[in-house]
Amino acid sequence: MTRKFKGIAASPGLAIARAVVLSTETYVPAESRTEQPERELERFRAAVRQAQEEIERIRTATEAKLGAEKAAIFEGHLLILEDPDLIETVEAQIRDEAAGAEYALYQVAQTFVEALSQLEDEALRERAADVRDVSGRVIDVLRGVRGGDLSQLADECIVVASDLTPSDTAQLNLEVVRGFVTEIGSRTSHSAIMARSLDVPAIVGAGAGVRDIPDGAMLVMDATEGMLLVDPTPEELTAYTDKKAAYDRRRAELRQWAGRPSVSADGHRVEIAANIGQLEDVQKALDNGAEAIGLFRTEFLYMGRSALPSEEEQFQSYKYVLEKMAGKPVVIRTLDIGGDKELPYLDLPKESNPFLGQRALRLCLERQDVFRAQLRALLRASPYGNLKIMFPMIAVLEELIDAKRILEEEKRQLVASGVAVSETFEVGMMIEVPSAAVSADLFAKEADFFSIGTNDLIQYTMAADRMNETVSYLYQPYHPSILRLIRHVIDAAREEGKWVGVCGEIAGDPTAIPLLLGLGLHEFSMSAGSILPARERVGSLSHGDWQTLSRQALSLRGHREVQSFVQQHLEGSEQA
Amino acid sequence: MMTQTFTVTNPAGFHVRPIKTFVEAASRYPAKINVLCKGKKVNGKSSLSMLTLGIAAQDEVTLEIDGEGEQEAMQKLGELLVQIHE
Repeated sequence: MTRKFKGIAASPGLAIARAVVLSTETYVPAESRTEQPERELERFRAAVRQAQEEIERIRTATEAKLGAEKAAIFEGHLLILEDPDLIETVEAQIRDEAAGAEYALYQVAQTFVEALSQLEDEALRERAADVRDVSGRVIDVLRGVRGGDLSQLADECIVVASDLTPSDTAQLNLEVVRGFVTEIGSRTSHSAIMARSLDVPAIVGAGAGVRDIPDGAMLVMDATEGMLLVDPTPEELTAYTDKKAAYDRRRAELRQWAGRPSVSADGHRVEIAANIGQLEDVQKALDNGAEAIGLFRTEFLYMGRSALPSEEEQFQSYKYVLEKMAGKPVVIRTLDIGGDKELPYLDLPKESNPFLGQRALRLCLERQDVFRAQLRALLRASPYGNLKIMFPMIAVLEELIDAKRILEEEKRQLVASGVAVSETFEVGMMIEVPSAAVSADLFAKEADFFSIGTNDLIQYTMAADRMNETVSYLYQPYHPSILRLIRHVIDAAREEGKWVGVCGEIAGDPTAIPLLLGLGLHEFSMSAGSILPARERVGSLSHGDWQTLSRQALSLRGHREVQSFVQQHLEGSEQA
Repeated sequence: MMTQTFTVTNPAGFHVRPIKTFVEAASRYPAKINVLCKGKKVNGKSSLSMLTLGIAAQDEVTLEIDGEGEQEAMQKLGELLVQIHE
């Protein structure tokens, strides 16, 4: 009968192959003494040197295979062997207490393993594995045994182990290893990170039961779901073989879109960008082929802490993102706090309708100390890339003019004190308040660009709290009221030669994309995972056709009618 | 002996790479360098010991430096603590 295990999907994909089960025993040296501490010390040092040479070889091979970034783990390993608190302590125990080298090293390494294992931070906790890996290697050398060498695997297989050390993972022979499953580990384990960059399916943390999997057993791993099947039935095997083929095909299809521009079938160019909320998201955006950052939410700098972030800290964060995007546009939105996001340390009065209260720019114009510090940080970061500053929650023109005046004041002061500030960055605004959408033509004269925040625009246009389940039926992104506002904003901007983006949910929505494309939207900004499917969709559409169709959709009766109208035309063009 | 406290600003905390940079810099000074965080005190020239501090974003970290070049060391190492690292 099929046995099933559920673990953490650490690296997606499917694999079907026989198991190679790695032995799980770990060697624990018994307490030992030496008669000749000096010679024991020499033996220890020689073993460390040999381990260093081995690690250096793995490091070079990994660098050739995966690049310098992945090889850095092994630089870390080399560093461990130079660590004074490890090496000197072991040497002292050998010299002063006549301890055996294996035993001394094991004991000292174990104190670090335990201290690291107790840390709250998962990524730091994982460093215990490095200490185990490195000290284990030296102990193997001292004992004169060879660890399992995974580069020797010759047949197609799925590797099953208690845990894979970074050295194990780096040495996996990818010609034959189809995936791996471990008993312990998390999404941030080295082995999990390596698996993702090697593009090998991996399930980690599958539990102690995987130790009992017999060597050579047939395995099916579905690492999109974290599911492992041992000895599958013929029916299961067929089903998963089909699923794997479909998955691999789809993935290859999507990957093709990563390095391509976003162009419709009839040659109309748009920009597909990523929304990010923290610094780690930038890499993911780039990996998914983002052409820009269309919305950088800066709230993460302010939330989950007890005091305002310093100007310097903000500057470093903005500079990091700008540099990482290397000249691609980065739209940074100034603080959007209030509504459902609170900052206890600002001690703001409770409001009975926070979404209609002193939110975002409204608050910033009141608390100018907070606002000006953020603007200074942005201005200082501006020379490091293609910055675009965006103000949220603008309802009337005076707010935009005030915000721009304050920005200009800060800029003049910085320049006067000799700080470099870019001369060319754009200053734009969010369109999320219906008054701004309706009067977009007035704002288009003052703003360099618009970005439509559809989530808020829908909630304010429909007068329906998006946190309130009972009125959730009014969240109707395809309703002609919303589409007409969007059309008006785009037309008004075009009139002034300005560009428009959408940074709400619907930018990546397969049904909304044809409509937005047809209405002439310039930039689609979405979560990184939606970028490739969105680019593929744009590539399948005729901009010319949807120019006409989207305008027809505006006069339909409601949300549902628009939805089926789009579906109908998408299916129609697929058949044609 | 000099003592000074810094707040770690790197949003991802103070992990392997920043610690590597820190320890490399610290090891260039002959002075004794202790790092204190959350009630623990360790040798600033040991990556492993630094890792066991589990320094996170917004943590306050105190440097205690004693010996030759302590002033320069304090300035340099303090900068590394507040910097954002890749």
